[in-house]
Amino acid sequence: MRLLIIEDDRDVASYLAKAFSEVGHVADVAADGEDGLNLALEGSYDVLIVDRMLPKLDGLSVIGKLRAAAVATPALILSALGQVDDRVKGLRAGGDDYLAKPYAFSELLARVEVLARRRVGPGEETVYRVADLELDRLSHRVTRGKEEIVLQPREFRLLEYLMKHAGQVVTRTMLLENVWDYHFDPQTNVIDVHISRLRSKIDKGFSQPLLHTVRGAGYMVRDGAR
Amino acid sequence: MTALAKLFRATAFRLTLVYLLVFALFAAFLLGYFALNTRRLITEEITSTVDAEITGLAEQYNQGGIRRLVFVIETRSRRPGSSLYLVTTPSGEGLAGNIGSLVPGVLAKPGWMETAYRRLEDPETAEHHALVRVLQLPGGFRLLVGRDLEERERLFDIIATAGRWSVAIVIILGVAGGVFVSKRVLNRVDAMTLTAQTIMAGDLSERLPIAGSGDELDRLASNLNAMLERIEALMRGLKEVSDNVAHDLRTPLTRLRNRAEEALRTSKDEPGYRSALEATIEESDGLIGTFNALLMIARAESGEARENMSEFDAAEVAQDVSELYEPLADTKGLALRVEATPAPVKGNRELVSQALANLVDNAIKYAEPQGHAANGTPAEIVVTAGSEGDRIKLAVRDGGPGIPEADREHVIERFVRLERSRTKPGSGLGLSLAAAVARLHGGELKLEDNAPGLKAVLDLPRFAA
Repeated sequence: MRLLIIEDDRDVASYLAKAFSEVGHVADVAADGEDGLNLALEGSYDVLIVDRMLPKLDGLSVIGKLRAAAVATPALILSALGQVDDRVKGLRAGGDDYLAKPYAFSELLARVEVLARRRVGPGEETVYRVADLELDRLSHRVTRGKEEIVLQPREFRLLEYLMKHAGQVVTRTMLLENVWDYHFDPQTNVIDVHISRLRSKIDKGFSQPLLHTVRGAGYMVRDGAR
Repeated sequence: MTALAKLFRATAFRLTLVYLLVFALFAAFLLGYFALNTRRLITEEITSTVDAEITGLAEQYNQGGIRRLVFVIETRSRRPGSSLYLVTTPSGEGLAGNIGSLVPGVLAKPGWMETAYRRLEDPETAEHHALVRVLQLPGGFRLLVGRDLEERERLFDIIATAGRWSVAIVIILGVAGGVFVSKRVLNRVDAMTLTAQTIMAGDLSERLPIAGSGDELDRLASNLNAMLERIEALMRGLKEVSDNVAHDLRTPLTRLRNRAEEALRTSKDEPGYRSALEATIEESDGLIGTFNALLMIARAESGEARENMSEFDAAEVAQDVSELYEPLADTKGLALRVEATPAPVKGNRELVSQALANLVDNAIKYAEPQGHAANGTPAEIVVTAGSEGDRIKLAVRDGGPGIPEADREHVIERFVRLERSRTKPGSGLGLSLAAAVARLHGGELKLEDNAPGLKAVLDLPRFAA
């Protein structure tokens, strides 16, 4: 995966570039908005990571100009302003995701991978399949093997999101944002409990677990046999 | 600025001056109009009298010749307050009349004119003015009849004097009134300015004086006072936050530092470093959480979040939040139940959700686990939503230890954690945030006794479509 990091803080930028290369991605760095815009227009990147406050041209303008030039590369906005309305502004300007500083690298990585896959992945399928687990988005039926699994509406949406991003790490915050539409941090880790309930419904009694906990990052639905 | 210059700059004084000018002009105009009209009326009166007399005299002449005319004029001239008469021969010699001297040439032109003259009986007095008419009689005789204008001039003078005096009095009274009113206003404004200066110098507890008359200055002062109240509260909040931030972030920061130092000093191998680093990251995550909560509170309190207000049903928020926390309650052996009826509210849904989430989180955290209820049924947490008159209430009731009445106000403050809860995780900001969110929406957070347990109520204004 090729990434472009547009970030004026040299330390942060080089830390990110190094961290991404350690997990097998290639990251270019631009130190201001204008350079970033030019690189993004020329190169073919899978995801752009754009700081909001940049010299010369601010992050939202960079994204706005890219979208105006019909460049649809997914963009993740990094910002020290983490409030809800700042998010909304960022997403309205054409950003695809928003992450407030300070963040955990695992969170950023998970979101970037989801964004990159969204671009190349197939369109919206009606049935998600992982191993013998099947989720039908139209009939709202979930089956594993021959057995039908009865889920609460929220459990269904939770599983739907996890299966949509099967094989990718999904963080707790991503779940809270996408499944519950909350952008705050519940003090206790309520998501873990929801996950363990879901796990007991889809994995209990089966030899092969599909819903995995990724330590220090989040969760992943994956066919363990492969 | 001298007192006089200040007075002249006062709005009240300037306004008075403008009014004064308008009134003085009006009075002058009125009196002038009156005087001119009176003068015109008198002139008309004189003209018609003179006309009547001259016609009568001309008739006498026509009937009885010059002798008769002379006789009549002699008679009339002697009456007191008589008109002015003069009859001359064609060569200009006076035959009869009561005029002693006349401006030369007056008799030459027949018709109306104003002229100076002296009476026959008192030639020493100053010349008087008269309105006269000259008529040429058949046979070359000339007849002059006129009336003295003294009376008219005197009346005009009286009116003019009255006019000057009244304008002068209007001006004097007006200026005095203006000075008086402006001084009163100026004194009050000066008092306000003085207070404002004290406030600017740093004493935020000062308040503007209120005269108690309920006038516009009082209204202004009381509104400014309300504003000061708010500013003072905000400043106090800010100071509290910075004090608390300094205090409460210092502790975990110190811990963080100590841990890193210790790892450097004692760890010999990779697993040692690794576990120290993991602990460090965990500690900093906690710090970030605290920091975010503080920012959120600050934002709610500054009213900045008001932009994102929309209408929604708090009952849905109660359902959603309960749904989020239900599994967690379940793992602790607590039953979480919702009783929600429609409760329309206008606000920031995200913030209200978070406030309620904090209350539920607290209830779960502090509730006694199962077995508290003697009969074996699990302890309950009830989340309710509903309208009561023009208020809506979002409440969380638990059967936990509750909060002693004396501490209830105290716990809403930032970072306050009661002694027995210090061992549990949490930043001590949950209730502060809930209270700040309630205030942002024009409501309040009430902590009540649920006997046993705590009843935390978000009391917000109901949205009426």
